[in-house]
Amino acid sequence: MTEFTYTITDPQGVHARPAGIFVKEAASFPCSITVGKDGKDVDAKRILGVMSLGVKQGEEIVVKCDGDQEAEAAEKLEAFLKENL
Amino acid sequence: MELIGKSVFGGVAIGKLSIYQKQDNVVKRQKIEDTEAEVARFQTAKETAKEQLGQLYEKALKEVGEANAMVFEVHQMMLDDLDYVESVENIIRSQGVNAEYAVATTGDNFSQMFAAMDDEYMRGRAADIKDISNRVVDVLSGVVAGGINSTEPVILLAEDLAPSETVQLDKSLVLSFVTKLGSTNSHTAILARTMNIPALIGINYPEDVEGKMGIVDGFIGKLIIDPDEETLAKYRKKKEEEEEKARLLLELKGKENVTLDGTKINLYANIGSVGDVADVLKNDAGGIGLFRSEFLYLESSDYPSEEEQFKAYRTVAENMAGKKVIIRTLDIGADKQVDYFDLKKEDNPAMGYRAIRICLERVDVFKTQLRALWRASYYGKISVMFPMIISVDEVHRIKEIVEDVKKELEEQGIPYGEVEIGVMIETPAAVMITEELAKEVDFFSIGTNDLTQYTLAIDRQNPALDNFYDSHHPAILKMIQMTVENGHKGGAWVGICGELGADTTLTETFLRMGVDELSVSPSRVLSVRNAIRNIDLRK
Repeated sequence: MTEFTYTITDPQGVHARPAGIFVKEAASFPCSITVGKDGKDVDAKRILGVMSLGVKQGEEIVVKCDGDQEAEAAEKLEAFLKENL
Repeated sequence: MELIGKSVFGGVAIGKLSIYQKQDNVVKRQKIEDTEAEVARFQTAKETAKEQLGQLYEKALKEVGEANAMVFEVHQMMLDDLDYVESVENIIRSQGVNAEYAVATTGDNFSQMFAAMDDEYMRGRAADIKDISNRVVDVLSGVVAGGINSTEPVILLAEDLAPSETVQLDKSLVLSFVTKLGSTNSHTAILARTMNIPALIGINYPEDVEGKMGIVDGFIGKLIIDPDEETLAKYRKKKEEEEEKARLLLELKGKENVTLDGTKINLYANIGSVGDVADVLKNDAGGIGLFRSEFLYLESSDYPSEEEQFKAYRTVAENMAGKKVIIRTLDIGADKQVDYFDLKKEDNPAMGYRAIRICLERVDVFKTQLRALWRASYYGKISVMFPMIISVDEVHRIKEIVEDVKKELEEQGIPYGEVEIGVMIETPAAVMITEELAKEVDFFSIGTNDLTQYTLAIDRQNPALDNFYDSHHPAILKMIQMTVENGHKGGAWVGICGELGADTTLTETFLRMGVDELSVSPSRVLSVRNAIRNIDLRK
């Protein structure tokens, strides 16, 4: 399993549009991917779940990738978060 | 396929069939046997909804830019969200229910989840979930804005149509009405007669006819679905003959309403909205014998203001250019319901809280209408009549309120004209006291539809009673006779504004009784004139 943490810098938090693109990215990998906040993990491939975390600016999320291409997935998603959120 | 029902208005219509789409789409929970087929239905609807969103995205991209268009792409993703999809499919499979219900329930659950979040932005997403769920439900149930799923005129099929629904219809798209329920005296029937288009009731049409070719034969009450070429040709010919007849009737325009022996009668038209005035003029009616003011209330989501009403009445009075316009005050209740009046459910609404009974208790609402009417009377020849009268005392109270209104207007320096006051004779009670009523008012207008319903104790809205409903019942004809005699004795003129007024088999009877005026649907004016001109009372 590969995991990383990231602190959201976007003033709007994880809003619908980047959440949508994030989910699309996640869905393109075969491994299972979760996003967690305060110990609650949700499937990173499901937009409603990701949005339901209600992640705001300054909050920390944990992304865990497990299975085929996990390292690649983690790298790609981290880059996306840094650039967009 | 041929289906036989009952005709409420003759004529032939040929065109595509379309089923009326109810506007308030209340989702019902229904048990489903084949849940896998229902899941497949959901999947198909979801794909259609996504296609619609794709089109909206493209449109928004061009018109408002990518940032604003993105919402539709997010909606598409939400529809593909596995939590959402699995929830819908689970509900269908585990509860054995219809897809509409499963989608609506899932939408409610998810939007509640978002609504409960502590972030304002996320709370706002509850509306997105509702939006996508409504979209799928609309696709599943085939809802189309405006009620008519077509851009060309169609034969409109419906379970039944409420007055509030017919008011919103784009009437230029309707060739004919065909309903499963309804009676020959329902509002759809009256609307069809006003529009001069054939209409059938009691036709239990199948649900899979959307877009198929159809023929309505309003003379024998038949609906033909998917007719063969031979039948089509036969009906096209019949329709041409009908149109020829209508052209001949037009020749009667401008002719007097006079019998062969020289007896004259006034022939006016009934209307239900300002737009109908064009039909009145086109058909050469001598005035408006019944202007139903309900449309102002039915089309509105709150009490129409004095100004709105004044404008409508004034427009009609001015367009009629000095011809008589008889406006009936508010007649809601019974089968004409308006939400904001907040009327209680009644077991027997036809005999309940309606018309003048509401006005005499809600004097504020009544006064608003009276002020508008009297103000408009300055701009034309307006008469006002009051519905559902059963006592002289009611007329006294109405006249007191009218005097108040006139006094107020005078104090404010607002001009008004001479207004004739009349009452509707539509209850047996009113008929029995016509001698007393005639001393109080300028005219009587006999509302034969309600008078027949109350006299024969037959509910107009109940199709099961159509066989018992005899509009020529001797009791009704005697009542009309009595009303005319007592009216004339007391100095009031007497008209008939109900459906019976257009019944040409009775025109001679009415003339012999001494009826002063007949008010009929605009489309019936010329055929009644034709009947009058062929009658000889010397024989």
